[in-house]
Amino acid sequence: MRLERRAHVPLYLVIVAPICAIFMALFLAAGLILAAGVNPLTAYAEMLIGALGSRLSITEMLTRATPLILTGLAAAVAFRARLWNIGAEGQFFAGALITAAIGHSLGVPGWIGIPILMGAGMIAGALLLAGPAFLRLRFGVDEVVTTLLLNFIVILFVGLMIEGPMRDPFAFGWPSSVPVDGAFRLPDLIPKSRLHIGLLFAITAAGAVWVVLTHTVFGAETRAAGLNAKAAAFAGISLPRTIMSVALLSGALAGLAGAIEVMGVTAGVTTTMSPGFGYAGIIVAMLAALHPAGVVASAIFVATVFVGADAMSRATGVPSFIADVIVALCLLTMIVALLFTTYKVRR
Amino acid sequence: MTDAIDLLLNTSLWAAVLRIATPLIFGVLGALLCERSGVLNLGIEGIMTMGAMSGWLAVYLGAPLLVGLLVAAICGALLGALHATLTVPLGLSQHVSGLGITLFASALAYYLYRLIVEVGDLPPTIEPFEPLNIPFLTDIPVLGPILFAQAFPTYLALFAVIAMAYVLTRTPLGLAIRMTGENAHAVDAQGLYPTHIRFGAVVVGSALMAIGGAFLTTTAFNSFFPGMVQGRGWICIALVVFASWRPGKALIGALLFAFFDAYQLRLQTTTEGVPYQLFLMAPYVLSITALVLVARKAEVPASLMTPYRRGER
Repeated sequence: MRLERRAHVPLYLVIVAPICAIFMALFLAAGLILAAGVNPLTAYAEMLIGALGSRLSITEMLTRATPLILTGLAAAVAFRARLWNIGAEGQFFAGALITAAIGHSLGVPGWIGIPILMGAGMIAGALLLAGPAFLRLRFGVDEVVTTLLLNFIVILFVGLMIEGPMRDPFAFGWPSSVPVDGAFRLPDLIPKSRLHIGLLFAITAAGAVWVVLTHTVFGAETRAAGLNAKAAAFAGISLPRTIMSVALLSGALAGLAGAIEVMGVTAGVTTTMSPGFGYAGIIVAMLAALHPAGVVASAIFVATVFVGADAMSRATGVPSFIADVIVALCLLTMIVALLFTTYKVRR
Repeated sequence: MTDAIDLLLNTSLWAAVLRIATPLIFGVLGALLCERSGVLNLGIEGIMTMGAMSGWLAVYLGAPLLVGLLVAAICGALLGALHATLTVPLGLSQHVSGLGITLFASALAYYLYRLIVEVGDLPPTIEPFEPLNIPFLTDIPVLGPILFAQAFPTYLALFAVIAMAYVLTRTPLGLAIRMTGENAHAVDAQGLYPTHIRFGAVVVGSALMAIGGAFLTTTAFNSFFPGMVQGRGWICIALVVFASWRPGKALIGALLFAFFDAYQLRLQTTTEGVPYQLFLMAPYVLSITALVLVARKAEVPASLMTPYRRGER
């Protein structure tokens, strides 16, 4: 028995693969739910109700999906070019921090200020990833480790800023930064919910990334760089320039997630404002097979699991960490499923 | 300033260096073994978390401390087997699989901990490994408290360095492992099985990583809490590069790193007016700096991250 690369991947496999992966992951996680003494079907039903059962829960789920779409896009763009950006968590915080830092004293109306703050968040995220990309290109330093370690550094820096210069003197309990000006809070998409127009920005970003990746020279260059760097270089594509552009784009997307989360949800920055949006973004991207349109769908799935698990945990007592287990299992089952879409088994 | 120098002359600093280095030594040896056979194991952070949880849990449920280490090693080996299955016979992306293992193993560790242990206001504790007290040796001034009053796992780590160096450089098995990391096709041509060698190396390496994690909960602290590995696994991945894939240099790297860590911890208490976060950042900044310094001349195993399929180039 051996594996043979498919010349062409049929469309039905592209759609069936993630669905199979998700069911496999849910099946494996069912064992852990059984271990908690709860019927897995009851638990999964509770999760569905918890995430999609009411108008409020759907808006909560979509609020959670918004940053995931953007961090998922950040991972998808980078992974396509084999730039292993594992630092979306840090870039998210960099975007959030800069937004909060200038967003409380910027003296312009909202319709000018919101784009400025989003731009600032994108620049912060892009610059944060430009560092590791530069180190890789100039010194051959593996970007996996540098981006991972930068996550810890950035979160400590956020802690330093919000306990020091940016501390909100009126915040109770845990330290938080001074909130952004009311003019820069993103308007609600649906009244009386936390869902804000950031969701539309995220979906627009997914569309824009899709166009860039499939309909521009730059998109073709990133694909070539990812598929075969040597051949790409031989064909006259400047690898350093491509890698650096991909890094700037990927970092900007993650930074934008942070900026939008601050303007749309939290108003101020705290060190606990992200339940691992950056890391979950990797799962979102892989479940979407690195496709920008798929990222929106898989972000909604991952958000459903997280929001649903919280509700399910309250109802059944199964620890809510089951959500992290399920999505991590999805990542592992998905890469196996992807193998069968790109290869076929020959006897 | 004199305070800073006084700290260097304090024996407790040097004893702490060995203690802080211990989990890193296990982790870096584990990562090194995997990479020497040609497999990058980014599962390390999660495997260490799982090791920390499972080792602690075994002791909490009544097992002796040594059995705790064994349980951690077995859990690590199982996760290693999962990573090896995905990356060796299936040849999937070692980056993505490793990250998946980390996310899965940490989530599973937290889930099982919450499921099995009743957590009140404070996390429950166990009786950890005590520092050894060897007659005469421990009483030697200066050297005694540094070298002969460590806990058992620290000596196990030092022994593992010697064993790893011996096996890798002086035995046919070590030659086969190194050869698989350099050129798997040549190994196949010799009538050996590169896939079996890689599988074994990843399983054993992951067991070592898990013991490193278990050190945190059975020696350094006496309880488990989420996020306690704090990037030590990633630092180990950086240390492997710094050590140029050699066990001896890995020991030196881990000790150097632990020295800076122990020193910054003590500086924190004597220096006022500097935010504590700056000190906490130091280990991560240091790791990145070390990578930049050595990356250019790194002797990377030639077929690291290249999956082996017979008959495919």
